[in-house]
Amino acid sequence: MPQFDPAFFAPQLFWLAVTFITLYVLMAKVALPKIGAVLDERQRKIDDNLDKAAQLKAEAEAAVAAYEKALSESRAHAHSVIKEASERLAKQAEERTRELNAKLAEQIKAGETRIAAAKDAALNNVREVALDVAGATVARLVGGAADQAKLEAAVAAALKEAGQ
Amino acid sequence: MANPIEQFKIKPIIPLEVGGVDISFTNSAVMMVIAVVLVTAFLTLSVRSRALVPGRWQSMAEVFYEFIAGMLRENVGSAGRKYFPFIFTLFMFVLTGNLLGMVPGAFTYTSHVIVTFGMAIVVFIGVTIIGFARHGTHFLRMFFPEGAPIATAVILVPIEVISYFSRPFSLAVRLFANMTVGHIILKVLGGFVVALGVFGVVPFAFLGAVTVLEFGIAMLQAYVFTILSCIYLHDAIHMH
Repeated sequence: MPQFDPAFFAPQLFWLAVTFITLYVLMAKVALPKIGAVLDERQRKIDDNLDKAAQLKAEAEAAVAAYEKALSESRAHAHSVIKEASERLAKQAEERTRELNAKLAEQIKAGETRIAAAKDAALNNVREVALDVAGATVARLVGGAADQAKLEAAVAAALKEAGQ
Repeated sequence: MANPIEQFKIKPIIPLEVGGVDISFTNSAVMMVIAVVLVTAFLTLSVRSRALVPGRWQSMAEVFYEFIAGMLRENVGSAGRKYFPFIFTLFMFVLTGNLLGMVPGAFTYTSHVIVTFGMAIVVFIGVTIIGFARHGTHFLRMFFPEGAPIATAVILVPIEVISYFSRPFSLAVRLFANMTVGHIILKVLGGFVVALGVFGVVPFAFLGAVTVLEFGIAMLQAYVFTILSCIYLHDAIHMH
């Protein structure tokens, strides 16, 4: 077999060394760094994109949180405005009611005073009419003027008896 | 019928001699140069575009890179990273030699024991130097496992020494024998096809199947050569 012919050992070993070392240098200095750089770059890009995606997700979450915060704030604000307004209105209504009540009470009081005055006046009239009627009746029955003092007492007693 | 041994013959193309040593440029050297050119062209041109999404050629180059990087990482660990260019060159050189040999009429330099032995002895010496450089004389513990009874040294040490020194031979002979036998079988079957005329279809069909098998062996033996080198490297770096 030609494989075991020592005559060809030297040239084969020599060219093996030459080609193998050449290939080693080419691989180590040119090809492998190139491929490695391509792979690294891809890995970096993938990582970058993942980072970016994570960042965008965080941003979106922050935006949602801000939106919800704004929403709840405005809701709280609206609530407080409504509460304030209703309190103010309630206070105004109460005040107005109180004023009205006071006015009405005053009017009622004035009315009552007027009624009482009218009643007194009417009662006085009744007494005078009764005195006149009683004086005239006595004069007609007895003939002669009746005692004024006695008449007054009798009328007063009668009025009292009537419960006035 | 052609002589099946004929294909392994070395034919000097440019006779050269330096200091009495024959360094003729032979058909074997031609194939080695072609292998270097092909591998370099393939691995540099394919990644020229540096595409983010690789094309067909670029992904093939990346597959080779990651295959060997993964093999080294799994078998040697991170300490083996600086030997990556060597292991990669070894794999590509053997694989290309094996596959180029499958081209009809081509010479297969991995079918020559001196070539495979040349690579195996470089691996062996390199690994031994790495072992002594990392562990000093402690590397000699390789020949006597920790915890074994001292009395067994008489048997264990010679066995371990023999097994250690037979590494380059087994490495070289495995590749050489596989390639040589495969090519002889192909040649013999091819001779049958021609000799049997019309009935040659039978060996021809068989030849097709064996050719497929030989392609598989060409890749498998390159893999085996490389992974055994990785395992030896592991032993040198981490001991047993």
